[in-house]
Amino acid sequence: MHMADALISPAVGGTMWAASAGLLAWCARRARKTLDDKMIPMMGVLGAFIFAAQMINFSIPATGSSGHLGGGMILAILLGPYAAFLVIASVLTVQALFFADGGLLALGCNIFNLGVFPAFIAYPFIYKPIVRDTQGGSRLWVGAMLAGIAGLQLGAFGVVMETTMSGISDLPFQTFVLMMQPIHLAIGVVEGLVTAAVVSFVFKARPVTMMEPVAANLEASGLRRVVIGLLIATVVVGGGLSWLASTHPDGLEWAMGKVSGKEELKSPSTGIHDSLAKIQEKTAFLPDYDFKSVEPAASATEPAAKESAQWPAVSVGTSLSGLVGGLITLVLAGLMGYGLMRRAVVSPQNR
Amino acid sequence: MSFGHYIEVGRMDELGRIDSPVHRLDARVKAVTTIAFIVTVMSFSRYEVSALMPFFLYPFVLMAAGNIPPGYILRKLLIASPFALAVGIFNPFLDRQVLVSLGGYGISGGWMSFISIGVRFCLTVSAALTLLACTGIHKLCAGLEKMGLPRVFAVQLQLLYRYLFVVAGEGLRMLRSVEIRSMGQRSLRFTTYVSLIGHLLLRSMDRAQRVYQAMVSRGFDGQVRVLQPTVIYWKDIAFLVGWLSFLTAARLWNIAGELGRLFTGAGR
Repeated sequence: MHMADALISPAVGGTMWAASAGLLAWCARRARKTLDDKMIPMMGVLGAFIFAAQMINFSIPATGSSGHLGGGMILAILLGPYAAFLVIASVLTVQALFFADGGLLALGCNIFNLGVFPAFIAYPFIYKPIVRDTQGGSRLWVGAMLAGIAGLQLGAFGVVMETTMSGISDLPFQTFVLMMQPIHLAIGVVEGLVTAAVVSFVFKARPVTMMEPVAANLEASGLRRVVIGLLIATVVVGGGLSWLASTHPDGLEWAMGKVSGKEELKSPSTGIHDSLAKIQEKTAFLPDYDFKSVEPAASATEPAAKESAQWPAVSVGTSLSGLVGGLITLVLAGLMGYGLMRRAVVSPQNR
Repeated sequence: MSFGHYIEVGRMDELGRIDSPVHRLDARVKAVTTIAFIVTVMSFSRYEVSALMPFFLYPFVLMAAGNIPPGYILRKLLIASPFALAVGIFNPFLDRQVLVSLGGYGISGGWMSFISIGVRFCLTVSAALTLLACTGIHKLCAGLEKMGLPRVFAVQLQLLYRYLFVVAGEGLRMLRSVEIRSMGQRSLRFTTYVSLIGHLLLRSMDRAQRVYQAMVSRGFDGQVRVLQPTVIYWKDIAFLVGWLSFLTAARLWNIAGELGRLFTGAGR
């Protein structure tokens, strides 16, 4: 459920980046204050452990599919929410950079979906109250299961919200929710089972390891502040984004149109007037974006508008030219790259 | 995530250590340019395809000048593509209004936006992968730290990366020993899986303890100091300014569309 850059708009990506970066900075400050130095290598190695654990699958009986550990919950149990959040964020960063699992701008979304929900919601509000300080037993299983399910349900819902708000996929909200939530119910059950099983295994094998970690880190007051902050952020983000969305699907583009008056020019390949109107119809969730009022403004800025007036509205020719032009540019870009590569190989400095 | 992935990480590490003009540029400059690139690509309208084409120049040039084999990046791109394509593939079914007609065939808005998602995906992912391949994780971390990434997080990222190979290697060895003992049965049963993961976890925690002791005995005091000359030269500034102006130009004018019109004579 890693979001890709291709599916989100800059407004959504940027907002989620800001939210995750802020939280990251806050957690880092807190970790520096409260964490033992000893935890620094522990966090790194446990992050690496999560990677290794994700490579190993087990077979789910009678289904023919396989499952593995996601890791968010187990990190929260072992390290406490703040350190766990840092570790999850770094795991996601490495995944984005090395495996292209989730994009760079989508990293904010991913950290939020996969980090905040297990570490700051599912762990303190579901796992902790149910499990308390018991070591193993049914409480642990119930708590881990419920927390695993809740974390993944919230995360999946986050994916749906971010995708829908970005408006790049046409999937209607309802369909997407009905698709994502049941799948992640199953994944959540597996995650809860594995988490509970591994934690109770470690309890049995070496109880000391589970006593030691930074559980003391979890102070109710600090946590409450996080949650309140998150709530405020959600309201602001929700309000802000819906405001943006009702003006125009894409804040940056809207701003560029305002600044340069060239919004008309952005898709000459599709036969300006009628196809833009079609796009307008299609992006119907912005009924009061006044297209006509932009037009005279654009024709005031001379050259762009003059040119657009000269273009015939024959869409066959212009679409073909768009296609041809696209291909030519692609080939040109490739040739430039190829030329550079030849030079790079010839030049003796390399290697 | 599979074993193939794990080996590939090592390849990325090798690429990061190549010495090339692009590798010698400052990490911060490359990171900022790449983020600007991704944001610009994402800011296009959802039906845009042709105007996105000029943007391929950036990953292509970086790969070429940085000696990064394009096939490697392409393979990673394909492995990562399922999620974006799976969500995007619904567009052609949901949005059937004809938007572009080409030689008598109408292409619906849904197909246009699906193609657009595919192109965006290729652009953003190849840019991100190339950034790492041209910089290397350690220089990138040091650069980002200079730009305000919290130190705890930067250190944590580097430690994670360093022990990724070690812990994954340990996990793979454990897995192999289970496979050898399980009479050719490939997949693990749940109980076996749990004890394997549990032991791997315990071993990892023990390793962290030993690592900590080793660090302390070498004078670790909670800070990792990096000897990294981070100086921005003129060539770095030139790189940044050059690419930013290219991005701005390609955002404002549909270069591909203009070229196409020049060659087909449409609209003259």
